[in-house]
Amino acid sequence: MNAKSTGSPSGAQVDRVHAHHLLHQMLRIRRFEEKSAELYTLMKIRGFLHLCIGEEAVAVGLCEALEPEDGVVATYREHGNALARGISASAIMAEMYGKQEGCSRGRGGSMHIFDNKTRFYGGNAIVGCGLPLAVGLALADKMQGRKRVTCCFFGDGAVAEGEFHESMNLAALWQLPVLFVCENNLYAMGTALERAQSATDLVRKAASYNVASSAVDGMDVLSVEAAAKEAVTFARREHKPYFLECRTYRFRAHSMFDPELYRSKAEVEKWKQRGPIVTLVKQLKKQGLLNDVELEQLEQQVAREIEEAVAFAENGTWEPVEDLTRFVYSERG
Amino acid sequence: MSKNEMIQITYREAVREAIREALQRDERVFLLGEDVGRYGGCFAVSKGLLEEFGPERIVDTPLSESGFTGAGIGAALGGMRPIVEIMTVNFSLLAADQILNNAATFLHMSGGLFNVPLVIRMSTGGGKQLAAQHSHSLEGWYAHIPGIKVLTPATLEDARGMLWSALEDPDPVLIFEHQSLLNMEGQLPADAGAVDIDRARIRRPGSDLSVITYGASLFKALEAAEMLAGEGIEVEVIDLRTLRPLDDATFLTSIASTHRALIVDEGWRSGGISAEICARIMEGAFYELDAPVERICGAEVPMPYAKHLEEAAMPQVEAIVTTAKRMVRSNG
Repeated sequence: MNAKSTGSPSGAQVDRVHAHHLLHQMLRIRRFEEKSAELYTLMKIRGFLHLCIGEEAVAVGLCEALEPEDGVVATYREHGNALARGISASAIMAEMYGKQEGCSRGRGGSMHIFDNKTRFYGGNAIVGCGLPLAVGLALADKMQGRKRVTCCFFGDGAVAEGEFHESMNLAALWQLPVLFVCENNLYAMGTALERAQSATDLVRKAASYNVASSAVDGMDVLSVEAAAKEAVTFARREHKPYFLECRTYRFRAHSMFDPELYRSKAEVEKWKQRGPIVTLVKQLKKQGLLNDVELEQLEQQVAREIEEAVAFAENGTWEPVEDLTRFVYSERG
Repeated sequence: MSKNEMIQITYREAVREAIREALQRDERVFLLGEDVGRYGGCFAVSKGLLEEFGPERIVDTPLSESGFTGAGIGAALGGMRPIVEIMTVNFSLLAADQILNNAATFLHMSGGLFNVPLVIRMSTGGGKQLAAQHSHSLEGWYAHIPGIKVLTPATLEDARGMLWSALEDPDPVLIFEHQSLLNMEGQLPADAGAVDIDRARIRRPGSDLSVITYGASLFKALEAAEMLAGEGIEVEVIDLRTLRPLDDATFLTSIASTHRALIVDEGWRSGGISAEICARIMEGAFYELDAPVERICGAEVPMPYAKHLEEAAMPQVEAIVTTAKRMVRSNG
């Protein structure tokens, strides 16, 4: 199999407009997540809240490679994927507030972001349970002769689940265009990869199912984007699955209830030096593709968007309690 | 064919005909499961369908219950109308994550955006000496879950007709086919088709006692009713047909005229569907009762292999007769 690495912070050529777009997308996610954490401490957002700060390049790089008609299946740490995919910050924020203007009417919350316009199938909070869904979505596409790709995000923790292995096998066996994206942030909640896996090379695991696979530096958005485009092109052209491991790192706690006893502050700091946003900013400045004024303009644009999202959520309404039992079964007619 | 023409058919053939008709009528329908194709189905239900419809529509899967059930859910989300076959209810526990956490919840979690038009068929029940990992009756357990529908076709008519209605339903429907019914043979109109999937049926009218049951126990109840009729006791036999949504109106109405209720359920007694039915009778017909509600259920053991023990672990005709007599002859 063509297991290979496209790692290393890329010196790839990128034009100014596109570079700014990528940076903008990552900043949207970063500031949105920071605001979410703040709103959590203010008790505006409740339940579990899993932030993807540090992992923005994965969501952005992948979503850049997808076409509008492609499908996305994500995990419970999915705000970034949802924003990058094109779900509005307002709809996501309102969802986390539990308001009926939220993308899932406040029925889902942080872990269950859904959107049919962008074919975003959750927001799945059982580790591994989204992989078989992605297989099925791709199977439906194959049966109906559509050229769509289904992109399935999951973490390194999911690799220990049976559903990962069943899905790799099914997708390869049936030759389905699923892009399996492992957001490997080295920890399944608090359990380090080497404490959970007898063999830690995830690319080899996927390759053992005859799934074309590679790994990429998930902290470098240009590398992720390049690898994602290659993977999506492969899946669409060959009608076969592809496994892309994005090596990344979560800067924040697993959720808001995590004292982080399982890793050192020094380790987190070391990764932060390689953060996807600082890395890109540094690279663009060095190449003369970004200056401080432009950066500030991007930040202000993002700040306005998030301010609007919070206002939208604040002004949202509660679904009437009389509607409690709706959406258990479809409403006909 | 003439309108009144009757054909001789087994339960197995009736299910097969239902699948065949669905495959012919709707190109989005396909059958997915372990050994449904080349082997012809674990219980030979899908025999011949691979030859007729090809491997794209009769899809053999590896032994990955969670994987292929989840794939069925995904395919349903993608616009198909899959029929997932799981060999037995015990194996369905390997797919319980997909059934409960995905199929049953997707519509709600997404605030109404994504419904899952999926049908899952599986065999259930005891009587074939298949012991403790192939014989249980967990349909009542699944009936606990909002978001899915639970069908238990007992008659040939329902074996033939429930599938199409289930496929037309926009939400996930589980169909439990009792293993001991597969060889049951009888007459069915040649043009038999879809039947409703939300109402119970009175299979035998009677005035002295309502027996509420479903699945293979229906025929034990009918046999008992016949014997009791010889002794002057008229039993009304109600076939629930669907355990969720539970049609309580039919049995509450029946109890309003018989004033006595006996529930026959192959599932375990504690926390089972029989307990739910009993509770609904307490809520809806308490003042109609002339005697306490009684239950004949599966014994609370994992299903034993030995024939005499298996028989003792399941509701039997004799127990229904004895209990019915005692209930009717008690002073109301």
